Amino acid sequence: MRRHALVASRRGAEETPLVRGLLIAVALGFAGLFLFLPLANVFAQALSKGFAVYAAGLTHPESLAALRLTLLLAVVCVPLNVVFGLAAAWAVAKFEFRGKAWLVTLIDLPFSISPVVAGLMFVVLFGLQGYAGPWLAARDLQIIFALPGMILATLFVTFPFVARELIPVMQATGSEQEQAALTLGAGAWRTFWHVTLPSVKWGLLYGVILCNARAMGEFGAVSVVSGHIAGVTDTLPLRVEKLYQEYQSAAAFSVASLLALLALATLAVKGILEWKARRAEARAGAVAETGP
Amino acid sequence: MRAADKPFNALPGFGLTLGYALCWLGLLVLIPMGGLVLRAMDLSWGEFWKLATADRALAAYRLTFGASLAAALINAVFGTLLAWVLSRYDFPGRRWVDAFVDFPFACPTAVAGLTLASLFAETGWLGRHLVPLGIQGAYTPLGVVLALTFVGLPFVVRSVQPVIQSQERELEEVAATLGAGRWRTFFQVVIPGLLPAILTGVALAFARGIGEYGSIVFISGNLPFKTEIAPLLIVTRLEEFHMAGAVALAVVLMGCAFVLLAAINGLERWTSRFNA
Repeated sequence: MRRHALVASRRGAEETPLVRGLLIAVALGFAGLFLFLPLANVFAQALSKGFAVYAAGLTHPESLAALRLTLLLAVVCVPLNVVFGLAAAWAVAKFEFRGKAWLVTLIDLPFSISPVVAGLMFVVLFGLQGYAGPWLAARDLQIIFALPGMILATLFVTFPFVARELIPVMQATGSEQEQAALTLGAGAWRTFWHVTLPSVKWGLLYGVILCNARAMGEFGAVSVVSGHIAGVTDTLPLRVEKLYQEYQSAAAFSVASLLALLALATLAVKGILEWKARRAEARAGAVAETGP
Repeated sequence: MRAADKPFNALPGFGLTLGYALCWLGLLVLIPMGGLVLRAMDLSWGEFWKLATADRALAAYRLTFGASLAAALINAVFGTLLAWVLSRYDFPGRRWVDAFVDFPFACPTAVAGLTLASLFAETGWLGRHLVPLGIQGAYTPLGVVLALTFVGLPFVVRSVQPVIQSQERELEEVAATLGAGRWRTFFQVVIPGLLPAILTGVALAFARGIGEYGSIVFISGNLPFKTEIAPLLIVTRLEEFHMAGAVALAVVLMGCAFVLLAAINGLERWTSRFNA
């Protein structure tokens, strides 16, 4: 009798195999249309005119210059935002102070502002018609339509990534371990390097790869401040747009395929980090159960 | 009593880290934002209103908000379905699909716009079948919706997925033993529990859609009054050296972003109360 009721409830709480199959098919159709097809199309179009055209698109001097600039932006912007992220997460996660909720909201702000508006902010400050424009022009300093402006725009749009990944991780680990290390006589830096950093390393790495992907892939903000000078202020995404506007489709897709590979690498690293974090959590759980 | 309220915190570096974070935040975010607002305040209220509500600007807002809403609603339905299928069923390749949901987060927007435009163009893999049927995906308002659907896809899935995973299946079993059919259980027991998370995802996707630029400039065709989105109009004004026009539009978009941010914060608090 009891068993009957259980079977009945199980049946009522689950879909029939037909419905289940249908739902899976629709969901996978949606994912295929919006995730897999666009990705496959990048590589198919890039190689549509043969490998020679593909390689020529990549090794064109202006594409190589764009690649160098994109890497430079990432190399400059990611470490700066890592230092900020560590400082902000330390203050927010380890201490109580007034206005903390406001600080956390402000850190997320760049995510909700249109990249174009972000770029415009720096034009308003440093452009020729901007506040500091005449002063800069008199000293022959250029920020807008030059590298410094692109660095500022990239810093703005990648600003929240590291901090917002680190804050929850640091809050979850608490501060007992740091307190113990300090009581045992370790200095502040030593405690940070040997206690804090190892306990948040997966969260930190996760923030770094997301920050890096956005720094290399940003379009709107950088486009507004770059000036589009071929071979000088074109990043890879801007180079894609220029080739597309010049009807060089295969070349545009060959440069785009580099960026698609960056996205795939980001997803792969993200997958590995999540797996590592899960494993570390499981191990910590096992230790807690069998520990003294 | 006082001491118990506020335990002694022996950790160093509070002043240093908070000071550094505030300086960086001020220099990089608050001063540029203040500069933009200050620039807008140079305009008289009448001038600002005229620039912000010009016919071309209104057409751009209509497209921006309409397409963002349409894309967010598409994601509400299919994103929730995808989250459901990924958390409840097992099928070959499930983990791959799950990992790929984040692809739009990781993919540069220029790549997304380029490949979607090519897919839906007359000669593209999808366009060659759809265009003869009269479905023009590239260089039309529909293209804007398609690009925003791609960009917003992860938001609903990633908001809803953890809630489905933590939802107690006993509730559904109780509904079933009480005689509710599966559809009734789904719409009256499961969906109400997911609603706050779905709304949060929709609001996040909508907010992202309003600011989106990179993917749309490739696919929309960028015709004034027809397929021109608000961020693109800002860029156009800037290229015409019409700084006041660009700033007025930017302040309107930024205001919308703040309102949405407040709404999302409220929704997230509601969601966490539902889960607790």
